[in-house]
Amino acid sequence: MRTLRFLLQKEFRQIFRDPSIIRLIFIMPIIQLMILPWAADYEIKNIKLSVVDKDHSDYSRQLISKITSTGYFQLAVYTNSYPEALQQVEKGNADLVMEIPASFEKELVKEDQATLFLAMNAIDGVKANLGSAYLRSIIQDFNREVRLEWIQFPRFSPETQIEITSSNWFNPLMNYKYFMVPGILVILLTMIGVNLTAINIVREKEIGTIEQINVTPVKKFHFILGKLIPFWLIGLLVLTIGLTIAWLAYGIIPVGSFVTIYIFAAIFLLAVLGLGLLVSTYAENQQQAMLVSFFIMMIFILLGGLYTSIDGMPEWAKWITRFNPVAYFIEVMRMVVLKGSGLADIKKHLLIMFGFAVVLNSWAILNYRKRS
Amino acid sequence: MREVKAITTNKLTKQFGDFTAVDAISFEVNKGEIFGFLGANGAGKTTAMRMLCGLSLPTSGEATVAGLDVYKENEKIKRSIGYMSQKFSLYDDLTVKENMQFYGGIYGKSNAFIKEKTAFILDHLHLQKEANALVKSLPLGWKQKLAFSVAVFHEPEIVFLDEPTGGVDPVTRREFWNMIYTAAANGTTVFVTTHYMDEAEYCDRVSIMVDGRIDALDTPKGLKEKYNASSMDEVFLQLARKATRAAD
Repeated sequence: MRTLRFLLQKEFRQIFRDPSIIRLIFIMPIIQLMILPWAADYEIKNIKLSVVDKDHSDYSRQLISKITSTGYFQLAVYTNSYPEALQQVEKGNADLVMEIPASFEKELVKEDQATLFLAMNAIDGVKANLGSAYLRSIIQDFNREVRLEWIQFPRFSPETQIEITSSNWFNPLMNYKYFMVPGILVILLTMIGVNLTAINIVREKEIGTIEQINVTPVKKFHFILGKLIPFWLIGLLVLTIGLTIAWLAYGIIPVGSFVTIYIFAAIFLLAVLGLGLLVSTYAENQQQAMLVSFFIMMIFILLGGLYTSIDGMPEWAKWITRFNPVAYFIEVMRMVVLKGSGLADIKKHLLIMFGFAVVLNSWAILNYRKRS
Repeated sequence: MREVKAITTNKLTKQFGDFTAVDAISFEVNKGEIFGFLGANGAGKTTAMRMLCGLSLPTSGEATVAGLDVYKENEKIKRSIGYMSQKFSLYDDLTVKENMQFYGGIYGKSNAFIKEKTAFILDHLHLQKEANALVKSLPLGWKQKLAFSVAVFHEPEIVFLDEPTGGVDPVTRREFWNMIYTAAANGTTVFVTTHYMDEAEYCDRVSIMVDGRIDALDTPKGLKEKYNASSMDEVFLQLARKATRAAD
C-alpha cells in the first residue's frame, strides 16, 4: 500500500505540473460541449431553393412565400428557365429546384388538379431527403388551404380520413440537444480516458523511466493501479464539469439520478482506462499510441449510436456495437438523462461494462512485462 | 563458510532470433569489487547487464546475482541491486528531492531513512540550492551524479552502471569515479561498462567482450602484461580489432 502511495504521489505531481493536461481537462469539455451540439444538428435549415416560375400568378407567389417563410428554405434563384435553375445547382448555388408550370393557377382552379416538379441535388443524401420531405409537407399544406378556399366541405367528410397526431415522449419538443449533449459527454470521457493513459505510459517507455521502474521491486499491479487511479479521478472530474455545462448552457438536468450516472461512469472509465493501458503496453512510441487510439475512437464514435441509430444499422454492424463500450454508455446516458432510468433498468449494461473493465485491465496487466 | 560471490554466470546466453547477442559468457564478480565490463559498441555488454538486472530473460545458461537465481528469483534480486541505464532515466519533471523520495519510497524505505539520506546526498553533491529545482533544469554532469546517487539510494549490495560517464566532462568524470570508489569502500559491488580506457584502469578487474564472448578477464595490470601493452587502450584495440560483428 505504501508503494502505491508513492506511485500516486509521483503521478499527481507530474499531472499537475503538465499544463497541457490541465488544459485538456478544463478546456476540452467546454469547447466540445459548447460548440458541437449546435453544429451536430439533425434539422436541416437554409436549404437553397431555386424556383422556376413559369406561371407568375397569385398562387405561385403565395406558394413561394409560404415555403420561404418556414425558415427552412432560402430563395436562392428565381427564374423562368429550367436549364438556368439547373445550372445554379451545378454551380452549388442551389440545392433544390421547384418548377411551377405555366398553367399552374388555371389548372388548380379549373381542373382542381395541378402538377409541380421537384428536382434535388442528391450529393448530400440527407439534405436531399429531408429537403424534399419538408417541401412536400409544405405543398400539401398549401393544397389544403387552396381546397378550403374553393370547396365547401360537407359537414361530414364523404371519405374516411385518418389524421395522425403524435406526442414525443421523454423529449417533448424533440430538442436534439437533449439527445446529443449526453452522447458528446460520453465521447469526451472516452477520449480523455483512452488517450491520457495510453500516452502517459508510452512516454515513460520513450524516456526510459519505465526501465528504471522495472529494475525496482514494484509490483506490476501496483504500477498499473498507480496509473489508473489518477486518470479515473480526472475522468470523474471531467464528467462533473460536463454535466455542469449541460445544465448551465442547455438547461439539461438528468431526469434520473446523478448517482446512477456516476456509478455507471465509474465502471465505464475503468474499462476505457484499461483499453488505454492495453494500447500503451503494445505501442512502442507516442505516434503509434496516438494512431491506434485514434482508430479505436473513430470506430467507437461511428458505431456508438451518437449520430446514427444503432437500430438502423445492418446486422453485422449491430453485432460489432455489442463490443463497443461507448455504445452502452451513450444508451445509458440517454436513458438516465431523458427517461430517468434507475440502476435496476441498466443492470444488464452495468454487468457488461464490468466485464469490459475486468477483461481489458487483466489483459493490460498480463501484457505488461517487467522482463522481455 | 564459502563466501558467496556478488555475481556468477555460467554459459549465460541471449539470442534474438538467429542473432546471438551474448554467447555463453561465464565469469564471477567478488563482493565489494569494481568490475569493469568493456567491449566495443554492439559487443553485447548492455544485453548481458540487462539479463543480470532481471530486465531481459536469458535464453540459456545460469546466473546468480547476490546469491539469487536470475530465472526464478528475479524480483527478489531487484531488492538487492541498483541500476543506472545508458539513457538518463530520472523523472525530469520532478524535482531533485522528489526523485529521491520516489525511488526511496518504492524500495520500501522509511520516511526517516529517506529524509536523512536525501539530506546527506544533497550535502554531498552540493545540491542543497537545487533541491527543489526540476531535474530537467540541471546540467548533464550533475544529472549523472544525481542518477548514480539515486541508483544507490536504497543501499543495494550491487550497483550496475551502463556507460555512466558518457558525454560528461573530464572533471565531472573524475568526481563520478570518486563516488564509485566511495560506494565500493562501503562494501557495494560495482559492475560498470565504459568506453573510456582511463576508467578501465580504475577498476579492480576488467573483462573485455568481443562479439558476445568474453575474450579477456583479469586485473588491468595482468591484462597489460599478458598482451604486452603499455596501456589498457592498447589491450582493448588488440582485442576489439578481432571483432567481426558490425558496431551498432
